[in-house]
Amino acid sequence: MIKSFFEKMTRGLVKTKTQLTDRLDNLLNQYGAIDEDLLEEIEEILITADLGMATTLGVIEDLRAALVEKKIKEASGVHDVLKEVLLRHLSSEAAGLDYEAAPQVILVIGVNGVGKTTTIGKLAHRFKARGRSVLLVAGDTFRAAAIDQLKTWGQRIGVETIAQQTGSDPASVIYDGIQAAKSRKTDVLICDTAGRLHNKKNLVMELGKIFKITSREYPQARLEVLLVLDATTGQNAISQARAFKEVADITGIALTKLDGSAKGGIIFAVMEEVGIPVKLVGLGEGLDDLEDFDAATFVDALLS
Amino acid sequence: MALFEGLSEKLQNTFKSLTGQGRLSEKDIKEAMREVKLALLEADVNYKIVKDFIKNITDQAMGESVMKSLTPGQQVIKIVKEELILLMGRENEKIRYSSQPPTVIMLVGLQGAGKTTTVGKLGALLKKDGKQPLLVAGDIYRPAAIQQLKVVGEALSLPVFSLGDQVDPVRIAEEALKEARSKGHDVLIMDTAGRLHLDEALMKELATIKAAIKPDEILLVVDAMTGQDALKVAQGFDEILDISGSILTKLDGDTRGGAALSLRAVTRKPIKFAGIGEKYTDFEAFHPERMASRILGMGDILTLIEKAEASFDEEKARQLTKKMKNQELDLEDFLEQMQQMRSMGPLQEIMGMLPGMNQKAMKNIQIDEKEIVYMQAIIQSMTPKERRNPAILNGSRKKRIARGSGTDVPRVNRLIKQFDQTKKMIRQMSQMKGKFPGGGMNLPF
Ligand SMILES: Nc1nc2c(ncn2[C@@H]2O[C@H](COP(=O)(O)OP(=O)(O)OP(=O)(O)O)[C@@H](O)[C@H]2O)c(=O)[nH]1
Ligand SMILES: [Mg+2]
Repeated sequence: MIKSFFEKMTRGLVKTKTQLTDRLDNLLNQYGAIDEDLLEEIEEILITADLGMATTLGVIEDLRAALVEKKIKEASGVHDVLKEVLLRHLSSEAAGLDYEAAPQVILVIGVNGVGKTTTIGKLAHRFKARGRSVLLVAGDTFRAAAIDQLKTWGQRIGVETIAQQTGSDPASVIYDGIQAAKSRKTDVLICDTAGRLHNKKNLVMELGKIFKITSREYPQARLEVLLVLDATTGQNAISQARAFKEVADITGIALTKLDGSAKGGIIFAVMEEVGIPVKLVGLGEGLDDLEDFDAATFVDALLS
Repeated sequence: MALFEGLSEKLQNTFKSLTGQGRLSEKDIKEAMREVKLALLEADVNYKIVKDFIKNITDQAMGESVMKSLTPGQQVIKIVKEELILLMGRENEKIRYSSQPPTVIMLVGLQGAGKTTTVGKLGALLKKDGKQPLLVAGDIYRPAAIQQLKVVGEALSLPVFSLGDQVDPVRIAEEALKEARSKGHDVLIMDTAGRLHLDEALMKELATIKAAIKPDEILLVVDAMTGQDALKVAQGFDEILDISGSILTKLDGDTRGGAALSLRAVTRKPIKFAGIGEKYTDFEAFHPERMASRILGMGDILTLIEKAEASFDEEKARQLTKKMKNQELDLEDFLEQMQQMRSMGPLQEIMGMLPGMNQKAMKNIQIDEKEIVYMQAIIQSMTPKERRNPAILNGSRKKRIARGSGTDVPRVNRLIKQFDQTKKMIRQMSQMKGKFPGGGMNLPF
């Protein structure tokens, strides 16, 4: 499973045929002794992976210290140390998804187009494959055909979708979903929400309301709030995470579209500054293109 | 990350210690260039583009005029901004209509960029221009994508051509073109499925569609929040399709939008439109100059002025400008302008366009729409004298006003503080006035 995560994430590079080998190793091979130029090139790798300036400078500083401490002077020794430093920045105690807990409600939120609905389809498939009963809720009552989109996923997987009309109150649809899950004793209830930009106060408040209703109406259920972030997104992902966290207790991140050429380095800052762990990665548009997050694999792919 | 609060401020600070000496060293310029570099990277401009850019402007900044200037910070900003604009393109570029209609437009891009919505928005815009667009549902892959376009078309009273999701997109394109010709549509706008630039098979599909219907415009739709990857994406699509331009979406977010620069720098094709909201009318011609300000964190002052001009009573605005100039603005004007601003769109959005109104500054001002109702009550509970001269508001007057308006003293204080901040902002803005062409400055307050 982890192997396929890496393969999918690096498949892109192989396809472009420009960099058949590891980008970092390529660089390190050109250097003998470690010097400022090398560190600047590493800085470039990190920044182009969207780690952002602040994180990158922090990582480089730690790398310097670690190299001194370990008395490493040759470029050939850099790879492992850099990986270690990056992993330190990514570490978190939080566990991944709980596939056993029942009943549970998974609320999926995020800005427009990041992959919420698709991720729900994949998630439902995962839970179902593990023998869980699943119910979907079409909480995006705003975007054209959003309900149809979710229903299509539901049909594909063989799970039912609770829905109202486009334009109805999303909180009320989710309320319906909760009642249905309770009476049917469904294991996992997964709620879609409309994409919304995090700087739209009213829409974010609406999400807060949805979150409150979910936690209030179904206290027995384990509540997982997944923020979906698009790996293609740059520094703005930090303000997305911040703004959404103000109205909902986000428990994890699903980082999507890692099958592209973007590296998703923004999650370093999101984890460090906003304190939300990554739990899932999206690696394509198919049902099986979702994996549990694995920090080591992620770092390997980032440096490749 | 309060690291990058706006480049102007930063550079001003970098040079602050130097005013008086009036001269800059090479080291100072280097320091300034570092700030510029950080600001651009933080705005998500691609690393390579930033590197080239810095190299380019360093030479200029080392020139006489900056070194000797009394306001080196502003000089550097000016150089940076002008170079940015040069890179972004100066003018908005319009759709190139074919001399033999229908004009064929194809939208392409990554998944989730906003193509389907944009097909509708563009169609609506061109319809307003007197065209009769036919929208074409070419995304046969994403669940309900066709249905989505149909709903959009219906909402906008625009016809949508579809052959369902079991027909090859190339054939859909060909049939749509026939349909446009036979039904007399002068514009055809084709939606395509989102895809990765790395996906050889799907990129080839686009190339085949291109060969089949020979679009007059192939526009790459890019999410304004895109990070460093914007460069590769733009390169990938341009290499295979030789795009004619692009469209930036979700600019109503709070992203600095450095992707715009990467996009422009690698393709050398114009960004033609900007998506600025979820409503179908939230779509406009792209203004490179404004984008340059935004990337630099200088606020979108031109858009603000335009919005203000569009929705204000000329005569009132003139009176107000005069009052502002003479620093005579009082609370009554303040209230009236607040109310008018509401008609211009969400307050937050307007405030966000002001220079210096980054998120931190916004927090201090935070004018809730509901708050305006209170403001109104508070101001109306004041005597005319108090409204004209809030400085006389002492403790007992404030208490009286709070009682009269059914609010409390902290609220009254907050209003006064907001009023003072607004006045301060106006002062800052009128100092910037000279810098902007045609800056009639009919400001909303
Ligand atoms: N390549 C790739 N595409 C993805 C991935 N996840 C989602 N997508 C695609 O991204 C596009 C948007 O996905 P949606 O699931 O509709 O996104 P959303 O967040 O629900 O969008 P809105 O509801 O409109 O805000 C679709 O074309 C998906 O197929 C991923 O991991 N990789
Ligand atoms: Mg959705």
